[in-house]
Amino acid sequence: MRCTYSCRSEAHLLARRQFLGGLAAGAGALVGGFSTFVRPAIAGQIAQDQKRVLVVNMAGGLSQLESWDPKPGTNTGGPFRAIPTSVPGVHISELLPYTAKQMHHLAIVRGVNTKEDDHGKGAYLMSTGRRQTPASDYPVLGAVAAKALAPPDSPLPGHIIVTPGGGGGRGNDAAYLGPRYSSIVLGNGQPPSNSARDEALTAAADDARNALRRRANDRFAQRRRTAQTDAYTYSYEQARQLMERRDVFDVTKEPQADHDRYGTYDFGRHCLLARRLLESGVTFVQVTHSNYDTHNENFDFHLEQLGEFDRSFASLVADLAERGMLDSTLIVVLSEFGRTPNINLYYGRDHWSAAWSVVLGGCRVPRGAVWGKTNDNGTEVVDGQVDHGQLFHTYLQAVGVDSTESFDVGGRELPIADPATGPIKELLA
Amino acid sequence: MSEPAQPPAPTAPATATDPAQTHVVTQWEHSSPLVSCRFDPQGRFVFAGAEDMTVQRWNLGTGAKTALAGHESWVRSLAFLPDGETLLTGGYDGRLVWWPAAAETPTPIRTVPTAHAGWIRALAVSPDGKLIASCGNDNLVRIWNAADGQLVRELAGHASHVYSVLFHPSGEFVVSGDLLGQIHHWDLATGALVRKLDAGPLHTYEGGQAVHFGGVRTMAVSHDSKWLACGGLHKATNPLGAVHEPLVLSFDWSAGSLFKSQVTPEYAGVLWRVLYHPEGYLLGIAGGSGGGVLLFWKPEEEQTFVKFGLPNLARDGDLHPDGRQVATAHSDRHLRISRLEKKAGA
Repeated sequence: MRCTYSCRSEAHLLARRQFLGGLAAGAGALVGGFSTFVRPAIAGQIAQDQKRVLVVNMAGGLSQLESWDPKPGTNTGGPFRAIPTSVPGVHISELLPYTAKQMHHLAIVRGVNTKEDDHGKGAYLMSTGRRQTPASDYPVLGAVAAKALAPPDSPLPGHIIVTPGGGGGRGNDAAYLGPRYSSIVLGNGQPPSNSARDEALTAAADDARNALRRRANDRFAQRRRTAQTDAYTYSYEQARQLMERRDVFDVTKEPQADHDRYGTYDFGRHCLLARRLLESGVTFVQVTHSNYDTHNENFDFHLEQLGEFDRSFASLVADLAERGMLDSTLIVVLSEFGRTPNINLYYGRDHWSAAWSVVLGGCRVPRGAVWGKTNDNGTEVVDGQVDHGQLFHTYLQAVGVDSTESFDVGGRELPIADPATGPIKELLA
Repeated sequence: MSEPAQPPAPTAPATATDPAQTHVVTQWEHSSPLVSCRFDPQGRFVFAGAEDMTVQRWNLGTGAKTALAGHESWVRSLAFLPDGETLLTGGYDGRLVWWPAAAETPTPIRTVPTAHAGWIRALAVSPDGKLIASCGNDNLVRIWNAADGQLVRELAGHASHVYSVLFHPSGEFVVSGDLLGQIHHWDLATGALVRKLDAGPLHTYEGGQAVHFGGVRTMAVSHDSKWLACGGLHKATNPLGAVHEPLVLSFDWSAGSLFKSQVTPEYAGVLWRVLYHPEGYLLGIAGGSGGGVLLFWKPEEEQTFVKFGLPNLARDGDLHPDGRQVATAHSDRHLRISRLEKKAGA
């Protein structure tokens, strides 16, 4: 199949120039590949002001009542109390004392109603901003951010997911944006799989081997260049550059005092790694904390899990603020849904998407804001109701991406976010 | 305050109970789910903690209900000084409160506002009634003077939340059990750790869900002081989904060795309370996805000899001083009294 990008359109000429420029830069070359926006001027605008995104995924469904929207003293409130925060008048659960001191950097969206109580479907719509259908597949936020925000010549991947366990590898989550924007998964925070040079291979031999590959590849591309060969070339070059920057993934190089401050457990280490990645210029980093699917003994498990989350997350927010990164780094704390106001027989809370909370911070998000409101016992949204589509637009607009625009993918215009909805304007300063 | 009276010595009922004939005789409903319950030592009342943060008192003779409001969270810990006139409550708000148990309108006599940082998980009273032990989520056991509420001693050493505490009948030792299944045996006079017992099977770390679960939820010492029973759950294949079974680990107190494991196959739930009945058998109160049950084991046997199904999931329970009645606190807002004998007239 011949690639279609050489159609001579303005957008594709931009991509062609990026490609050639990358080659001219030598060993660090990256293939620009497909054009990004229908209106390429946007790419230039974003490049002048590099933005990043940090997502903390509270896997399983964080209880809004034990976190961002407590209802103490009501029939749904549970045993925990609410505590004041650094924002006058704003209270959160007593399970988050460290985060409470950072709330002036953050904003709470308390009126989320996503109408989806299934784990898989909820995770899909929260990560893509759209409902899953058999006929379509959409790229996740990380892929969109990498495509829209990552500098084309970045030596590092633009879309990284740090998981609590498991192996590494490449996600299949970029849909029509292509594998270039798929996540690189750091299982338990370990560096990307197979990113260390084999000890049996000397650096010189490795360089010679790659030079030979490049020569053969360039010669082949002169006459038979296709989308597939570009993707192939890109994968090699990215892998090579990633190997050269492998220390970026080595969280042990961070000071011991920071390890102690973040917590010497997996999530603490993963948050510290997220800071390191963001500081190194990675565009999108997602850290997952697991597991909040507390159908049984919700309160004990939230006590346990949020005890970890609170210390590490608050340290990360404080550091991003102190290092001047909040103006360029969007923070999102999300789940696939919240948990039922009703406390079940087993002291548990079940799946609940009708009235729950998401937390944002940084970039254009107004500091210390609270948007949306639930009723007295948290069973429904009474003001400022929003859904996943609006949130997705808001994330992107917060980092300067015009989410009402479209991607140009192989000549097709594909809306960046759901065109049927738009951002939460009140959360964009 | 006068010296507390000595606790009544446990005596077996004049007529033997018959657990196989257990039946529910009374159901009292509250407006909120219940989380805990205890009879007072004189057997006049049953008290229950509720999700509405109150403690409710029912008069066993009349069924009259009285609310005790003094906490800002759930009260899972209830205990009495031996004469039964003073109720102690420990809340998830960290408060320790003294109450006049039988007052018409009880109001707190004394409050320690932050007895623990975080939840108080359990309370116990020394055999002479002079000391109170509390434990909680700050990984501590604290000993209080019952007469004036002063902190007498702090026992530090648990690596996780302390779920249960009791005084050994000798009055010389305190025993505490934590989430990780570690039991600490403390010398009361010095606060020194005498030894640890390993009840590890009561703890589960489920790696896929990344959660610690279980713990020593309840403990009891046999009336002859030979055995220490520690209860909770095991086989937690899905902690977040309430898939687990009750377990009692019975230790030989002198040797510190495990004597017997009491199990309940084919029933899913957690053992919230274990007690030694004066007749010698073990009584367990359990609740879970298998419903609510009273479990009866002979100390030397692994399997229950009776498993009585309650109408709803139980969350706590207690044995009346008469040895014939069991109170259970339920998620369906009911306090139930069951009798361990044949129905009257049957």
